[in-house]
Amino acid sequence: MREFIDGAEAIARGAFAAGCNFFAGYPITPATPILLRMLRELPKTSGVGIQGEDEIASIGMCLGAAMTGAKAMTATSGPGLSLYSENIGLAITGEVPLVIVDVMRLGPATGGATTVSQGDVQFLRWVTSGGFPIIALCPSSIAECYSLTQHAFNLAERFRAPVFIATDKEMMSAQQSVNTDAFEKIEIINRVAAPAGGEFVPYQTKKLADIPAFAPIGGEQLTRLTGSMHDERGMLTKKTSAVNKTSRHLWQKIQAHRDELEFTKLDAQEGAATLVVSYGITARSATEAVRHTRAAGKLASSLIIQSLWPLPKRALRESMRGISRVIVPELNFGQYRQEVERIALSLDPRPEVIGVDRVDGELITPQEIEELFGRG
Amino acid sequence: MQIAPLEITTYRNLERAKYPFCPGCGHTFVLDHLNAALVKLQLDPQKTVIVTDIGCVGMSDQYFDVNAFHGLHGRAITYATGIKLARPELNVVVLMGDGGLGIGGAHLLSAARRNIGITVLVFNNLNFGMTGGEHSVTTPHGGVTASTRGGNLERPLDVCATVSVNGASFVYRGTAFDKELPDRIAEAITTPGFALLDIWELCTAYYVPNNKFSKNELLQTMQTLGLPSGVLQRMDNPELSRAYREQNVGALGRTPLPPEPIEKKYDSALAATTRIVLAGAAGGKVKSTASALALGAMYSGLWATQRDDYPTTVMSGYSVSEVILSRDEILYMGIAKPDILVIITPEGLTQVPRQLRAMDETQTVYVVPELADQIETRARKIIFNFERAAAGKKSLAVMTTAAIVRHADLYPLAAFREAISAGQRADIAVENLKAVDASERIL
Ligand SMILES: Cc1ncc(C[n+]2csc(CCOP(=O)(O)OP(=O)(O)O)c2C)c(N)n1
Ligand code: SF4
Ligand SMILES: [Mg+2]
Repeated sequence: MREFIDGAEAIARGAFAAGCNFFAGYPITPATPILLRMLRELPKTSGVGIQGEDEIASIGMCLGAAMTGAKAMTATSGPGLSLYSENIGLAITGEVPLVIVDVMRLGPATGGATTVSQGDVQFLRWVTSGGFPIIALCPSSIAECYSLTQHAFNLAERFRAPVFIATDKEMMSAQQSVNTDAFEKIEIINRVAAPAGGEFVPYQTKKLADIPAFAPIGGEQLTRLTGSMHDERGMLTKKTSAVNKTSRHLWQKIQAHRDELEFTKLDAQEGAATLVVSYGITARSATEAVRHTRAAGKLASSLIIQSLWPLPKRALRESMRGISRVIVPELNFGQYRQEVERIALSLDPRPEVIGVDRVDGELITPQEIEELFGRG
Repeated sequence: MQIAPLEITTYRNLERAKYPFCPGCGHTFVLDHLNAALVKLQLDPQKTVIVTDIGCVGMSDQYFDVNAFHGLHGRAITYATGIKLARPELNVVVLMGDGGLGIGGAHLLSAARRNIGITVLVFNNLNFGMTGGEHSVTTPHGGVTASTRGGNLERPLDVCATVSVNGASFVYRGTAFDKELPDRIAEAITTPGFALLDIWELCTAYYVPNNKFSKNELLQTMQTLGLPSGVLQRMDNPELSRAYREQNVGALGRTPLPPEPIEKKYDSALAATTRIVLAGAAGGKVKSTASALALGAMYSGLWATQRDDYPTTVMSGYSVSEVILSRDEILYMGIAKPDILVIITPEGLTQVPRQLRAMDETQTVYVVPELADQIETRARKIIFNFERAAAGKKSLAVMTTAAIVRHADLYPLAAFREAISAGQRADIAVENLKAVDASERIL
């Protein structure tokens, strides 16, 4: 079945497929289409959708709802993400499942409201104080808007953590014909429920890297959430051993599962010396460039990153082995390129890493990438 | 035999019998009143949640055996709102200081306006206790604090009046010394809508020594400021979480975002991917025409993309739409070098100098006669001829696009017509179909 839809529609459909039943957001171009769809559609599935008085309230409402067991999502763009920052920290430390869509537009500040960008890549990585890991997925097609949104909900549930969908103005607002029969329905994962009976200890885990079981506010057991440094009972603490444990748990619960969090698409060509590493809207130009290059009888490989964070180190390292040149096209000043460079440093022979940076509000053309293949 | 449920004699966490506050701190008294109110109501602890703000008051939830949500400074009301919206049957009680009130003022206003069914207890000790006695939005004029050494120059916020005029269901002002406080807290919790209690109390570590304050001065200040006490408002308006559900009963059970399939009904002879730019003016149906162009292509078995660009003030200035048609899925959606560029108004012309420069002999610019002289390009230039079919401003985009569908042999014109009928309001479609009829004579 062919349909003519945009990424906002696919993200909203993905959210419903994943069981989303709460949405709060504040209008901002280019994320508004997601807000409007969710507000319009949620009542059909007895969910709740509301426009908050600002972004802080919107994410706050999501956090409250999520702690009652809801699967919550919010969507914004750079200026709103800035306002989310402190509450994202609360979601991390309070271990609240939440999906946050960042529809990137040209920044900083108000920037270009209707201008495409990939300028939030490192902002997402370090989006709040403290320096803890986050999870961010990045679709490069309408079909991936649908599938990765479901994965985002599943990961939020599985890891009790905020999960980002990093996308951009073009992905959200350009209409495209798609074969929606080929949309991938992902099996739903729900947060692990606390065993019935007995006293519930909200943040108790056997191992540092384990994810604590969840008891909803309003359920059978009393539960607590706190944004303060806490012990396993969710009580404020300054005790070194408890602080150390909680901090390391928040780090380990993501870092120890990095392999589960690597989503990439490798299209390697035997003998190719040049690899293009790309993500999001830019991956589409990269894919076209690879096709043209191969059609011209030259060799080319491609790695598309679907999970920006944690950095998919294994896939990057493996795809770059034996490669002499890596091209990283991005709609920013090389934010991901610096990560790729770090990996390159650990390889012998060390590949040269070159970027194609565009910050003028236009998409990178396949030709811009192709030229660099040609030089190889 | 039915066993009567045991009466709950306290909601305090008995492992934490002693509060962490300074001796004489007003928070102690208010929390005891809260406990008394909960005991009076015999609320199910599982169905009750205390949402605390930050500050000394923010530690309070740890001393109760109910659910707890301890979030960020000033944001307690937002979490409480989310909890109540998701689970209207829960009792949601917010404990916040006058500091939280100030930083989260926007949330307070909205909670009152929305009449969300939560109860807010403001532990109003006239300053920031936790951070060392700085002034807050409720510090009286002249009040000496760590941040107003020469006396506060700002006017204190009348919290009760603020939420009252904005629609709160229950509003009370009093002090931590009030005997009736347990009853008033109980009444607030049982109020279906938004309830707020502004409870004045002493910060014995800071405000008291800085201002030689005591219970008497506290009452005196309230009087001097002309702030009334007691129950200040009782209103019976619809509560948000329930009103939301009532409004939406009709929607229940319908499928969210159902698919909208587009069937292939025609054949297109188009071989190469074709990138088309329509450059016109806002209000000139550029965007809807581009949609019809794309939809018609899909009826003809092609793949399509559409990007629209217009100023944020949607009703004035330029409107440029880009449509790509292809036999295969389209990846790169930009158009640096159009195969077809259609220029129909001066506003549109201003937006496409880069494309005009990039285009070559294999590509075509279609242009209205008035602008033809202004076009400098290597591309083939084709000028519309309106002598036999005058086009009004409104039909310009449709008429020229229809002419190009035929002229460039993109796909059958019948598919374009069908796209107009399917995608547009009936009366508008009729107008547009007339323009399609007339399009035959302009190229
Ligand atoms: C965003 C943010 N800014 C500042 C602070 C520092 N801070 C902690 S408590 C507090 C004021 C608390 O005053 P109040 O709400 O009146 O509570 P009290 O201590 O008097 O009970 C401030 C400013 C913070 N925690 N978060
Ligand atoms: S600093 Fe003030 S508010 Fe905080 S505990 Fe002491 S007296 Fe109470
Ligand atoms: Mg205070």
